[in-house]
Amino acid sequence: MNVISLSTFDLSLAASLLLILAATSLRIGLGLERRIVISGIRMTVQLLLVGMVLKLLFASEGFIPVGFMSIFMLLVAGYEVRARQKRKLRGSTGYLISTGSMLVSSFTVTFLALTVMVGVDPWYTPQYAIPMLGMLLGNTMNGVAIASDRLTTGMYDQRGVIEQRLLLGQSWQEASGDIRRDCMRTGMIPIINSMAAAGIVSLPGMMTGQILGGSSPLDAVKYQILIMFLIAAGTGFGVLAAIWLISRRLFDDRQRLVLDCLISVK
Amino acid sequence: MTGKSGVGKTQLLRAVADVIPHDGECILDADVCSSVSPPIWRKMVAMLPAESFWWYDSVGAHFNGGLLHPEFKDLMERLGFSQDVMEWQVSRLSTGERQRLSLIRTLINRPRVLLLDEPTSALDKKMVAVVEEIIADIRFHRQISCIWVSHDRDQLFRVADTVCTVETTGLVKENRE
Repeated sequence: MNVISLSTFDLSLAASLLLILAATSLRIGLGLERRIVISGIRMTVQLLLVGMVLKLLFASEGFIPVGFMSIFMLLVAGYEVRARQKRKLRGSTGYLISTGSMLVSSFTVTFLALTVMVGVDPWYTPQYAIPMLGMLLGNTMNGVAIASDRLTTGMYDQRGVIEQRLLLGQSWQEASGDIRRDCMRTGMIPIINSMAAAGIVSLPGMMTGQILGGSSPLDAVKYQILIMFLIAAGTGFGVLAAIWLISRRLFDDRQRLVLDCLISVK
Repeated sequence: MTGKSGVGKTQLLRAVADVIPHDGECILDADVCSSVSPPIWRKMVAMLPAESFWWYDSVGAHFNGGLLHPEFKDLMERLGFSQDVMEWQVSRLSTGERQRLSLIRTLINRPRVLLLDEPTSALDKKMVAVVEEIIADIRFHRQISCIWVSHDRDQLFRVADTVCTVETTGLVKENRE
């Protein structure tokens, strides 16, 4: 079965639905019309651009362009993790920690999957490497962002409890253990939920895409299962690494809680 | 120790307990603070903060079985608690109850130095007397040192060998008037 290619006319028809929605918003005074139109245009431009980049990338087949694209994706993900945090680590440390923890988790897991499980040759074939890395990075980014935000705010809000526990002779690991476990849980909840609901509540996007693209449902399901495992592992290790590195920064070598390394963002 | 609010009495205790960065060095007998592992130092030099913090739901979880020793059962009774206090919910404790339980929690580690930050601020007269007596007993029986911070000068002259006022310039020794 071949994919039915979509014409510009088909896409314009779909876009007109959005225009009708914007017109309705204007008519009943919701005030959302500007945002609907702008985000619609942004999405179209961004996706067309990435489509062209991917087309070039798939044609090149070299390692260097794939490498550059991966690093670019990682740097943007690292920026996004820090962008919406309420309290973040001062200076470049926070950026290095979030990028570093995503690098060790997402990149290692993707590399393992490409070389061992999918076994594609060469392992960096962009058609496989870029989408898989993208899915992993996207999910790890969410997990790391939620967990680090919760960790820094938690440590700040609970500074009295932590100091009390230190005063009773607990090590920094014991004194911050409850908060760190709580952050780990929070960071993992989205992926655990989506594994639990997969196939029943929602048909995952990648699988839907493959089925629409003409793959057999069973092949699509196998890839989806693979990617779910990878995402769960990648997110889990990424969150673990980020939590460990950030908590290490929040205690000095005499196991004192040092909160001056955090800056608060309004 | 006494002194105006905000002059740094609590900070001084926190520095001795080594939970804030500080200049200088604390030496206890032959142990130098910076060469002892922080948890061990804080068990030897135990600070009772003015405001106590509790992180589990039940009182007992904070004591981790440390109350099995008969000495602490006796302490519980003297401070007005019955045997079932370990099953109580922390959220239902009064400020005074928290303060008394917090003192017991600090004593469980059998410190060699006690740093007390206004340990009787939330207690009635009768309990203040009990706490003063308990600390005096412990100082006598275990031969430990104690730094007691209070705004009540009369109390300090009752419990201490030496009373100092903390000034921004340093410590000034006070004389009994």
